[in-house]
Amino acid sequence: MKIHEYQGKDILRKFNVPVPEGYVAFSVGEAVENAKKLGTPVVVVKAQIHAGGRGKGGGVKVARGLHEVKDLAGQILGMNLVTHQTGPEGREVKKLLIEQGVDIERELYLGMVLDRSVSRFVMMASTAGGMEIEKVAEETPEKILKEWIDPKIGLQPFQARKLAFSLGLSGKQVNNAVKFMLSLYKAFMANDCSLAEINPLVVTKSGDVLALDAKINFDDSALYRQPHLPELRDIDEEEPLEVEASKYNLNYIKLDGNVGCMVNGAGLAMATMDIIKLAGGEPANFLDVGGGANVETVRNGFKIILADPNVKAILINIFGGIVRCDRVAQGVIEAVKTIDVNVPVVVRLAGTNAEEAAVMLKNSGLDFIVGDTIGDAAQKVVAAAKSARAKK
Amino acid sequence: MSVLLTQNTKVVVQGITGTEGSFHAQQMIDYNTKVVAGVTPGKGGQTFYEIIPIFNTVQEAVKATGANASVIFVPPSFAADAIMEAADAGIKLIVAITENIPVTDMIMVYEYIAGKGIHLVGPNCPGVISPGIGKMGIMPGFIHLPGRVGVISRSGTLTYEAVGQLTALGIGQSTCIGIGGDPVIGTRFIDALKVFNEDPDTDAVVMIGEIGGTAEEEAAAWIKQYFKKPVVSFIAGQTAPPGRRMGHAGAIISGGKGTAADKMKALQEAGIHVCKSPAEIGSTMKKVLEK
Repeated sequence: MKIHEYQGKDILRKFNVPVPEGYVAFSVGEAVENAKKLGTPVVVVKAQIHAGGRGKGGGVKVARGLHEVKDLAGQILGMNLVTHQTGPEGREVKKLLIEQGVDIERELYLGMVLDRSVSRFVMMASTAGGMEIEKVAEETPEKILKEWIDPKIGLQPFQARKLAFSLGLSGKQVNNAVKFMLSLYKAFMANDCSLAEINPLVVTKSGDVLALDAKINFDDSALYRQPHLPELRDIDEEEPLEVEASKYNLNYIKLDGNVGCMVNGAGLAMATMDIIKLAGGEPANFLDVGGGANVETVRNGFKIILADPNVKAILINIFGGIVRCDRVAQGVIEAVKTIDVNVPVVVRLAGTNAEEAAVMLKNSGLDFIVGDTIGDAAQKVVAAAKSARAKK
Repeated sequence: MSVLLTQNTKVVVQGITGTEGSFHAQQMIDYNTKVVAGVTPGKGGQTFYEIIPIFNTVQEAVKATGANASVIFVPPSFAADAIMEAADAGIKLIVAITENIPVTDMIMVYEYIAGKGIHLVGPNCPGVISPGIGKMGIMPGFIHLPGRVGVISRSGTLTYEAVGQLTALGIGQSTCIGIGGDPVIGTRFIDALKVFNEDPDTDAVVMIGEIGGTAEEEAAAWIKQYFKKPVVSFIAGQTAPPGRRMGHAGAIISGGKGTAADKMKALQEAGIHVCKSPAEIGSTMKKVLEK
């Protein structure tokens, strides 16, 4: 789960991780009020969307004086912010963070993330603050310093000191950075984070160490024991169809193609998208209906897929293991009877009771196209999508 | 004829009285798996379908029945604890089916079992099956055929797809290991490959990976140096968008890392037969075996 910068900073504040003073604003009036509350000569107006690269896209501006705050807030609120992470369609800015300006001496990078290859969290630091860490990792990997965290004892002060000195910090900067890192570690663990990225981490002219930005993600599997987190979810930042699908417990991701697909299991769902592409089509979505593919899940799956106007044909690919194919077939038949499915449907059912299922589809009187294998089904659905397009 | 799960494997089912646990325990018994005990804390002394004794702790189950393997159907919030309990009781093969175990819990588990000579398979996996011998997990037994090809996969139903293709071509399997779709898992590709490398009854291996992490790249490097048998591979997620979690907790391209293209390239460079299409896993293996 992702959250906004201002929400991330609220969490950090609770764990004594130093962040600049700032307040969220939903209107220009509120932005000006917040700037008054700050009372600093320089105020930063920051667009709050769930994507990086906001500065480059024109979503972060420095204001001197309240009239500038008013002007800039007016410009940024409601703008369609395009960054390298939003895609060309961009995203509408609905909230701002109004934050005190900081006297920056150095910009650094600090992050904490799971290192999958050793099954441990790692704290990473770099002097290349403000840059995309992926680029730094690619071009100058030696500039990224890493301390792996032993799960039995947690991040130790000596590890934080190693990072701080390697960053070239000195004097009270070191102690401040060590405190910062240890507090960030505590905040990360206490909230079951999956990622914490402070980019940039700034050292001020007075030697303070502050999080100028904060990107925090959470482990979805741990949300059950973090009851305060779900309320931080902002569905404005999510694809509406994906929000709708999540209400039905369906795992759906919208894509740009025109061949819809409904599959049981995430791996097979990805493989089905891949083979649609190999057959010359473009997948319209990822949809894993999970282990219990019954009438209800199939019907909801159809609703979600068909709500995407680009979809010209649908492939249902189910490998029945514990799920019996005859029951899936029944679900497909009932779903198609009760909702208006106005595009060709290719069905491929394999595994448990697949033969019975094929007979049921044939005798249903409905216009299904049956695919024998995953390859055959992909060819047929792509052909169906193409001829549907040609008709229009 | 098989690895990990053999003729000598005696299985305890943790969470045997739950909906999933009881259903799949029955399926495993129907497949002639030697299920010798169940564990549900507080239900010790009862029996499962009047034949399998249920114990309060794994330790008691091991002591009374000689169980040497455990399959876990415990809900996510208790699953890490269940894995560690099995490890503490001396179990050397632990198969964790449970999905959605928090990452921090699995990091602790990984640390706890390290160096104890334990094979933890999963979590978030279909389990392990040695066709004709037994199964620990949720895969449909009937699609499998006893034989000499090993299967290692991060996926569930995609593994069934691959196995279905192999069986349809008359290619049997020695053991199929579903290593799971989470970012922190016990047995990784390399661990499973090591086991197949030493098995005289496995001639070749199918390796099914997917986007996210670098486990396939690490496996490719290891295969190039040490693996003595041919490998056929498919990587799911060639069309997956970056930054999105594709169902499995571990299936995500982040910061440009973990793409299918990178993985396929690494595998190809290691001399592995990489299928572009998931429809060609069986036929590619057939060609490899005929060489």
